[in-house]
Amino acid sequence: MDPDYRRQILTGWGLTSPSAALVGDVSPAELVERLKEPTGRGVIARGLGRSYGDAAQNAGGVVLRIKGSPSEIVIDSDSGTVTVGAGVSLDELMKFLVPRGWFVPVTPGTRFVTVGGAIASDIHGKNHHVEGSFGSHVRRMRVVVASGDLIECSPSENSDLFWTTIGGMGLTGFVVEATFALIAIETSRCLVDTVRCRDFDELIGEMSVGDDDVRYSVAWVDLVATGRHFGRGVLWRGDHAKLSDLDAEDASDPLSYAPRRLGSIPPVVPGVGLVGRATTRVFNEIWLRKEPMRRAGSVKSIPSYFHPLDSISSWNRLYGRSGFVQYQFVVPFGVEDRLRAIVERIVASGLASPLVVLKRFGSANEAPLSFPMPGWTLTVDMPAGAEGLSNLARSLDDAVLEAGGRHYLAKDALTSASVVRAGYPRLDEWRSIRDRWDPDRLFVSDLARRLQLI
Amino acid sequence: MENAVHEPQHVLVLGGTSDIGLAIARRLMSENTTYVGLACRRPEKAALAVESLTRPGTQVEALEFDATRVDGHKEFFERVVADHGDLDLVVLAFGQLGDQERFDDDPVSAAALVDVNFGSAVAVALEVARRFREQGHGTLVVLSSVAGERVRKANFVYGSSKAGLDAFAQGLGDSLEGSGARVLVVRPGFVHSAMTAGLKPAPFATTPDVVADAVASSLRTGRRIVWAPGILRWIFMVLRHVPHPIWRRLPLG
Repeated sequence: MDPDYRRQILTGWGLTSPSAALVGDVSPAELVERLKEPTGRGVIARGLGRSYGDAAQNAGGVVLRIKGSPSEIVIDSDSGTVTVGAGVSLDELMKFLVPRGWFVPVTPGTRFVTVGGAIASDIHGKNHHVEGSFGSHVRRMRVVVASGDLIECSPSENSDLFWTTIGGMGLTGFVVEATFALIAIETSRCLVDTVRCRDFDELIGEMSVGDDDVRYSVAWVDLVATGRHFGRGVLWRGDHAKLSDLDAEDASDPLSYAPRRLGSIPPVVPGVGLVGRATTRVFNEIWLRKEPMRRAGSVKSIPSYFHPLDSISSWNRLYGRSGFVQYQFVVPFGVEDRLRAIVERIVASGLASPLVVLKRFGSANEAPLSFPMPGWTLTVDMPAGAEGLSNLARSLDDAVLEAGGRHYLAKDALTSASVVRAGYPRLDEWRSIRDRWDPDRLFVSDLARRLQLI
Repeated sequence: MENAVHEPQHVLVLGGTSDIGLAIARRLMSENTTYVGLACRRPEKAALAVESLTRPGTQVEALEFDATRVDGHKEFFERVVADHGDLDLVVLAFGQLGDQERFDDDPVSAAALVDVNFGSAVAVALEVARRFREQGHGTLVVLSSVAGERVRKANFVYGSSKAGLDAFAQGLGDSLEGSGARVLVVRPGFVHSAMTAGLKPAPFATTPDVVADAVASSLRTGRRIVWAPGILRWIFMVLRHVPHPIWRRLPLG
């Protein structure tokens, strides 16, 4: 075994399900050689470890991180695309792109994800309802497959590998480079409209009207409030500001971009964490009241609009040693009563933290394991050490499946193989294509073992 | 693989007819659990246990396993892992209580008991630990006993065998630090079970389900030692320091 591998305990962002693996950092060129070495228990790629569960872990096997360098970023202004190494993060990418008048096609709630991870999880953002997920913007990629060959793929060339890699959780190979479309921006600010909603019905109603006319839309829901406040929340809609939207001071440097980090959560949080029902109740009340009932056109920076949590490092430690689970599912439009029943169940459990997101998805793409489909997606963080979490998750799993929905693999740490099989009817199709590219099952992860994906 | 709340996918109970071992398995089984193996000397005696654990989506089977045949351990685990994949949870639940009065006249049977409770347990736990290190994850639950915390005259052969096992298991847990695997040492008091049928219960007697609950919550919170019932921890904190002349005379069964 190569001496620069280190045995290391890995977890996802949720800090649950630790396992040990041999971890190494490699360049794309070294990767080909590394994949030829026998590993016994397979290999998986790992980016910045922001998937919440065990997707980027490989117990007893090898975990490789692809070195990425911002010097590899190449913009093609004519086609409005960028070509970049898979190990480069969206953070590095934005620092390069924004001052030049470009923005990534999709950003999740954190900019600390790699391009490779964005493709493997087929991530989505606040613009999914009109612009789809990350994979929908990828024009071509280069993937190192199990044979060690570097394969060019796109929607027209090796399209089976292309679409199984998008959302494929790293189980088809290593993405080493990708070309994808960008959004042209005039400024680095966003114009945001805010609507505070009194209850669940009002929130669903507000979100159902007019979403298609705005690029970015996302809501926060209070999953502690009961009675007449049940399902109250705040809806934020926005778009990149135009130059004419800025005042004279901002307009003098319209593309300035300087994300800041305010601080870090130290590794000394008490074992049970700081997120409980009482703290959540207080936080939610303040969080809601700081928002106006209705306000149009406030100017916000990219970090404060898209990545508010990124200003605090290691916020995942707030949940204590047992970590937390981020439960995310989607249910189709038309079953809002079922969505309501699911939300009621979460509220009744008392396990929800303040971190809750409700969003409408638009069309799905062609990738068999891509998570988004037209419908409502709800994301809620819950402490993993909480008694009753398992029972709650089981009952939610059933309710999500009955509503015709499914779960997001990049977040998953708790659902079961049968639930994933039921939620992803194209799993077998994905599996058979995957097996053609990796007949000996070189690529494997803890997630794949737990959910029997391969 | 375990999920985020430590529910195992593949479970093996060594001592597959042990009431406590079965209660732990039952308590930790979930939707995530697809396989439970019950390893015991006479698999035909485990039919009821297999039936009681079987549910849709979970394969439960009895496996022939003789803990004292230590040279067969490696092959046994090779076979189980080849058939079912990584073991996430192994419960070391076999053990014998023996009859202290008989040991005085039959030292050979005392040696045999220590061989089962300690020697064989050490061998099998080391084999499990070796596999856990290789696979980078896994939880070993070792059934110790309060009888090993301070050995008393009424069952000092049994007690000393558990004292050895307890110390060994703690050391094993420390040696597995950083390997992704972990060891939970369980110290039950008197447990109403097949092993203790007909005996006079000691104070704070408990049930296999109480032990199983204690194991489940300890696995969730990451503890390394758990007492069942929990109050025994505090009681033994005192009993450990009781002067010998008094200790000898305490009516502890």
